[in-house]
Amino acid sequence: MSDPATLPLPTTAPAIELRDVTRSFPGPPEVQALKGASVSVADGEYVSITGPSGSGKSTMLNILGLLDRPTVGEYRLGGVLTGVLDEDDRAAVRARHLGFVFQAFHLMSRRTALQNVLLPMLYNGTPRAEREPRAREALERVGLGHRTDFLPGTLSGGERQRVAVARAVASRPRVLLADEPTGNLDSARSAEIMNLFEELHADGLTLVVITHDEEVARRASRRIRLADGRVSEAG
Amino acid sequence: MAPADRFRFPDLLGEATADIGSRPGRLVTTIVGTVLGIAALIATIGLAQTAAGQIARQFDANAATQLVVGPRTANTGGGATIAAGALPWDAVSRLERLAGIESAAVLAEVQLPEAVVTAVPVNDPSRPPSAPPPIYAASAELLDTVGGRLATGRFFDAGHDGRADRVAVLGIRAAERLGLQRVDTQPSVFIDGIAYAVLGVVGSADVRAELLNAVIVPTETARADFRLAAPGDVQARIAIGAGPQLRNQAALALAPDDPESLEVRAPDGRSELGRDVQADVNGVFLVLAVIVLLAGGVGIANVTMLSVMERVGEIGLRRAIGATGRQIAGQFVAESVVIGLLGGLIGAALGVFAVVVISVVRDWTPVVDPRVAVGGALLGAVVGLVAGGLPAHRAARIEPVDALRGGT
Repeated sequence: MSDPATLPLPTTAPAIELRDVTRSFPGPPEVQALKGASVSVADGEYVSITGPSGSGKSTMLNILGLLDRPTVGEYRLGGVLTGVLDEDDRAAVRARHLGFVFQAFHLMSRRTALQNVLLPMLYNGTPRAEREPRAREALERVGLGHRTDFLPGTLSGGERQRVAVARAVASRPRVLLADEPTGNLDSARSAEIMNLFEELHADGLTLVVITHDEEVARRASRRIRLADGRVSEAG
Repeated sequence: MAPADRFRFPDLLGEATADIGSRPGRLVTTIVGTVLGIAALIATIGLAQTAAGQIARQFDANAATQLVVGPRTANTGGGATIAAGALPWDAVSRLERLAGIESAAVLAEVQLPEAVVTAVPVNDPSRPPSAPPPIYAASAELLDTVGGRLATGRFFDAGHDGRADRVAVLGIRAAERLGLQRVDTQPSVFIDGIAYAVLGVVGSADVRAELLNAVIVPTETARADFRLAAPGDVQARIAIGAGPQLRNQAALALAPDDPESLEVRAPDGRSELGRDVQADVNGVFLVLAVIVLLAGGVGIANVTMLSVMERVGEIGLRRAIGATGRQIAGQFVAESVVIGLLGGLIGAALGVFAVVVISVVRDWTPVVDPRVAVGGALLGAVVGLVAGGLPAHRAARIEPVDALRGGT
């Protein structure tokens, strides 16, 4: 069994390790969205990445989420070098080790909350019999146990984002990547989501939240700033 | 750990079918082309089969497998008709050499207007006069050739015929008239005072039912006792469809020197009308049906492509949560196959219904091969498979990064 997707990731290594990662988009003019970025996130850390628009946040997220490849540099996820994986293996790693939360929720509008939460488990090899109990558990976890059969259209924005969080954590990922998770929510709903993230962090989940909202960023235990494609740690 | 249940076939099927019914209006517009194409195809083939069945029903299987050759008759100056030719005595062996002849027998009516046929050897002058049963001379193959079945006893064989044995077989009504019910007592009939051993009684015959009224004796016996000059005609059972060809060959085989002197009555092959009907139905409608079906395929391809474009966000999400490009493509192909199969099923049902309605209106018996209906439904699935290919390829190439920016 040499399939990297099926190997358990070693737990001693950092969850995420970027080393001198540069991502450039061919021009003209050529744009370097990330310039020699090096970031290490330990297991169980709660990290926020902030920066103005155009600073390379989305590029960072895409690379961290294995949705894009660095032009130069190395990315290790749980100690495994991701650059050598082909697209199918990267998909398998995404399915097993990463959870995503998006600004736009990306819920399927014609499926119930429960069905939306079930979706990632189609792809990550969860045994069929375990899928629904896990999905219900995840919905309970985000406080939506009473909304399992609701369509997203009938849920409030905060509830939708909580469904999305349940979907991300139901497959028991190693790292949760959130891209502007509160961007579409008012401050009260934002606070709900941030509280939820803190609870998940307390449970041992590694969280990386990308945001331009200082309020949200301050909740993280460690803050990373991006400016013009360069990384700096902030107190 | 083995990757258990990672997007297995049930998952694929579930994902492919989950959203099909969610927009009924679009589903209808997607499948209407396929439905019409398959319906037209099934109706065309069904109507062709129905027409063929209709023709087959009109054509009587017995009449279609019987060939009769007799001498041509000519009118004499005095108004009487005389035979213009004669059949050879070896007519049976000559005919049996021809392809398509399954069995043949010579048959001749023996003209004995004054003959007395009775089952008792007593000449009773006070007996009321009655018409004697007709007497036929026949070869031993007659029973098989006319599809006759014995009520009791046996038919005479070639041995009786060759030795000119005085044996006879009775038709069942002749036996009743003569008062003979059983042959195990070895009864005789007397024809002009000569005793003939009765071997059996013929109970029924598919053709030449007049034999049931008759006394049948072997041809050689008739030649010896009644100076039978020539066989009256040759009866043959032929393969279905062999009629037109045997019509030409039989006279040549029997009278190579003067085939014109014989008259052959053979069934036509399959009806010309039937062939025309079938050709018309098949030609025009099959072309139309295939065109409509192609349009249906294009319809599925279009709507699936539209659906891919609309669901860019969903595709991006699926990629992000771990779907491979192949799994995405598989989902869209499966979806269009299911849509095509649905269209094929509805189309096949409509096509069969159309055949039934047209048959009822025309007072025909509807005939549809079930395999055609099943094949029609499967053809719909194939159309879906082909139509889904390009959109699925497009879907698989969508970059999750771009797709997730797109919203929804």
